[in-house]
This record gives sequence, C-alpha cells and structure tokens, in this order.
Amino acid sequence: MINWDKPRLRVTGLKKHYGDRVVIDGVDLEVFPGQIVALIGASGSGKSTLLKCVNLIEEISDGQIFLDDEEISAPGVDEDEIRAKIGLVFQSFNLFSHLSIMDNITLALKHVKGMSKEEAIKIAQRWLDRIGLGDRGDSYPDKVSGGQQQRSAIARAVAMDPKVLLLDEVTSALDPELVGEVLDLIRDLKKTGTTILMATHELAFAREVADWVIFLEQGKIYEANEAKEFFANPQQERTKAFLSRMAL
Amino acid sequence: MALDDSTISPAERARRDFKRRKKNKSVGLAMLSTLAFAAFVWFGLLATPGWQRVETSFFNWEVAVEAFPRVFDGLLLNLRVLIAAAFLVLITGLLLAIFRTLKSPVFFPLRVLSRGYVDLFRGLPLIIVLYLVGFGIPGLRLEFLGRVPAEVLGTIALTLTYSAYVSEVFRAGIESVHSSQRLAARSLGLSYSKSMRLVVLPQAVRKVIPPLMNDFVALQKDVGLISVLGAVDAVRGAQIEAAKFANFTPYVVAGLLFVLLAIPTVRLADRISRKYSEREQMGSTL
Repeated sequence: MINWDKPRLRVTGLKKHYGDRVVIDGVDLEVFPGQIVALIGASGSGKSTLLKCVNLIEEISDGQIFLDDEEISAPGVDEDEIRAKIGLVFQSFNLFSHLSIMDNITLALKHVKGMSKEEAIKIAQRWLDRIGLGDRGDSYPDKVSGGQQQRSAIARAVAMDPKVLLLDEVTSALDPELVGEVLDLIRDLKKTGTTILMATHELAFAREVADWVIFLEQGKIYEANEAKEFFANPQQERTKAFLSRMAL
Repeated sequence: MALDDSTISPAERARRDFKRRKKNKSVGLAMLSTLAFAAFVWFGLLATPGWQRVETSFFNWEVAVEAFPRVFDGLLLNLRVLIAAAFLVLITGLLLAIFRTLKSPVFFPLRVLSRGYVDLFRGLPLIIVLYLVGFGIPGLRLEFLGRVPAEVLGTIALTLTYSAYVSEVFRAGIESVHSSQRLAARSLGLSYSKSMRLVVLPQAVRKVIPPLMNDFVALQKDVGLISVLGAVDAVRGAQIEAAKFANFTPYVVAGLLFVLLAIPTVRLADRISRKYSEREQMGSTL
C-alpha cells in the first residue's frame, strides 16, 4: 500500500520555542503516501506542538516543512490553502457547537472548496454512512456521545480529502468504552490508504496500525523504527523505561 | 415518568408530606407579611400631612383621562424611535466590535477609531450627546438635509451612545467563544474572516442575547429623553397636558405607559437568561 517513491510529508530541522522554552528541538521526519506514522512520548514531549506546526496553526521557529514537493513553510505561501490540504483532528473534537453534524462536515466543503450545497451534502452523507452515523446528520454535537463526536470530527477532516491526516491524541478525551469505535474508524481509514501522522497514547493501537513509530523525548526524536521492531526490541534505555511505564 | 402515590415508598411519602407542610407554611407567611407591608405603606402615606394635595395633583382621574390620548400618541413616536434605534444599534455595535478584533495592519485606523469611539460614548452622558447632536447637526446648515425632525436627531444620538455599550457586549461575546473553535475552523482552511463569519459570530451572538436584552430595556426608557429636543413624544405630550391642567397627573400616566411597555421585555429577558443559564448548568439546582 505504501508508495515509497517520495515522501508526502517531509519535515527537516523543525524547531519551536516559546520564549526560552524549547518545545521542539530539531525534528526530521518523513511520511510516505499511505503510511501511518505514530508519534509517542510523555506529555509535554512536543507531539501536539509538532502536529500544530505541520498544520501551520503554530508558527515554527526554524526548519522546513514540505508537502509533496511544495515547501509549505516558505514565506508568502497561502496558509489557508495549505491547511485545506492537511486534515487535523483534535483531542477535544472541537466540533462547531452551533452547527449540526452534517453542517460541521459541509462547512469547509462549501466555503473552502467552493462546492455546491448538494455536492457537499452528498460527500458528507457518504462519510456519515461510513462512520455509522448515517441517520445522525441532523443532530447537534452535544446530543451525541463523545465517540460519535470524535468520529464526526474525523469525518469532517477526511471529507476534505486531505493529502495527510494529522490526529492529535484523538482518543485521550474519551471514556474507555468509547475508544474502540474511534480506533475502528482509523483502522478503516488505513485500509483505504489514508496517509496519517498521529500522536497517541494508545501504544497497543500504535503497534497494531502504525507502520513507523517515532518516540519523542524533550522535543527530539529519541528513537524511531518500524512499529513491530520498535515495540519488540526497543534499543534505548529511555524508550524501554517509557514502554514499561505505559505497561506494554 | 412520575411516581404516583400508590407506588412510592413510605420514606418518600414522609419526605413529600414534610415538603408540603413546609410549603403551606411559607405561602401563609408570605401572604401575612404582604398584607402587613401593604397596610403599613397605605396608612403611612395617608397619614402624611400633604397627602391630600399630592393626590389631587398627581393622581387625578379626570386629568388622566383627558391627557391620555396625547400621551399615548406620543408613546407611539417613542415606539417608532425605539425600533429604529434598536435596529441601528445592533448593526453599529456589531460592526464596532468586529473592527476591534481585526488584526491586520491595514485595519489599524479602524481599530483605533472604534476604540476611541467606544471610550468617548461610554463616557459621555446621553443627555449631552442629545444636545450636541440635536442642536449641533442643524447648526451645520446642511441645505441638502433640509429640516431634520427632532425624533430623527434623537434616534441618531441614542444610536451613538447605545452602540458603544452594545459593541462591548458583542466584543465580550466574541472573546468568550473558545479559541479551539476558531482553531478548528482555521485548520480546515477557512480564512480569518470566514471563520469569524461562519463560526465565531454565530456562537457569540447566541451568548450575548441575555445581556443585549438588558440594554434593550434600558433603551426602552431612554427613548423618553428625545423630548428634550422638542419631539412630541409621550414625555413631551405629558408636559403639554400638565401645563394645560396645571397638574402633574399626565407625567404619572406617561410613566405608567413606559412601565407597561417595559414589563413584557423584562420578563422575556429574564426568561431567556434563565434558559441560557439552565443550559450551561445542566441539571443540579442549588
């Protein structure tokens, strides 16, 4: 499934500081089309910030980011246009609370991609059916469960047909019994070849679906390897300590 | 599903009996204290040495009936001014609030001007604004305007002052929309202005409806101030009638009409804010 010709997303020498506090300290990584890359690491290791930098929601302090061959960190790029090509799903869903689930999904299709209302609804309905919420399009976000909200938020992102999907600890805010349905959806996306870069605390899930795992520690890539190998044979002491702390 | 008496446990029955007794007692107490209070005010007022004179010059039924038509006609003018001003205030206030949130350097002058505007008109007493607009604009002798009616000038003055207040309400509403909503909108590729228009403003407007209703109630009685410019509204009408009969009753009539006008709005405002606070609080009531 993975196309190894050239990376979809390439990050080189990425740094991010807030004043004196260094959050990301020189990160290089590549994500190939169809690949799922998992970012793991303790809270505060820079996973979320890294994703926000890639989506250009955070300004970067140094380094470069490329999407396909285009440098999206270059001065003067149309950031709105770039963001439309990169999906980002948040830990806390962030569905628009004044809009129905259907309207949440169609909003950007209409106002960013310029689709007609009918076209947007058709695409949104297809995604709602796929995530198992085909009959809940008219519901408002606060009327459905957390798992359903997060699935809707993922549908909102993938409906834009992004080149790469960024998932920022999408199960961390969910009750344990709701985590499964969201993970199922990601498994489903993997089957259709969605390119994903995800920060996660679900190590078992990372081992199962990710192709490549990156362990971040204090803003640096401390260890990275193929998923099976990474969990079976961690090389570094701190990786081992982290994995055993997370009971794996 | 409410439990009926046949299925409840003795424990719940005892609780309900206790609550019922307590409630009956409160109702009785409230009635008693209301009666005592009314009697105190009534006899207290009647006992004042000037009551007889006050009654004939403020609460004269014949004068009230005579004065009513003119005062009521005036009130219709107040209503028209109220509707026009409320509409203009909403638009101007919203625009001012949006100007103040614009970040681009292009809008620097707009941002500064709207800020100055809000500072100025929140500080200026309404009556001074009324005089400045009411006598200042005609003083400019703009021929093409012709003679601007006093009620139009009054509407402008009210709009100037109230839009400053309302813009602060809107601004607070915009700022109260959680930043994650804006972030989500931007991450989908929506531009700043589109995320403002499609995501932030619709949520902000919902949040500010209760405080806006309060400003509307305040505006409702301040429309009576346009009488200082000579517009023949309820207050001015009352003034004319009062002069005719050498009696203050028309003012009382006008006052009562304003109160009657305000009561539905006040009740509606209360109900709306209660609805909103209930939604935020979800459930428990303590």
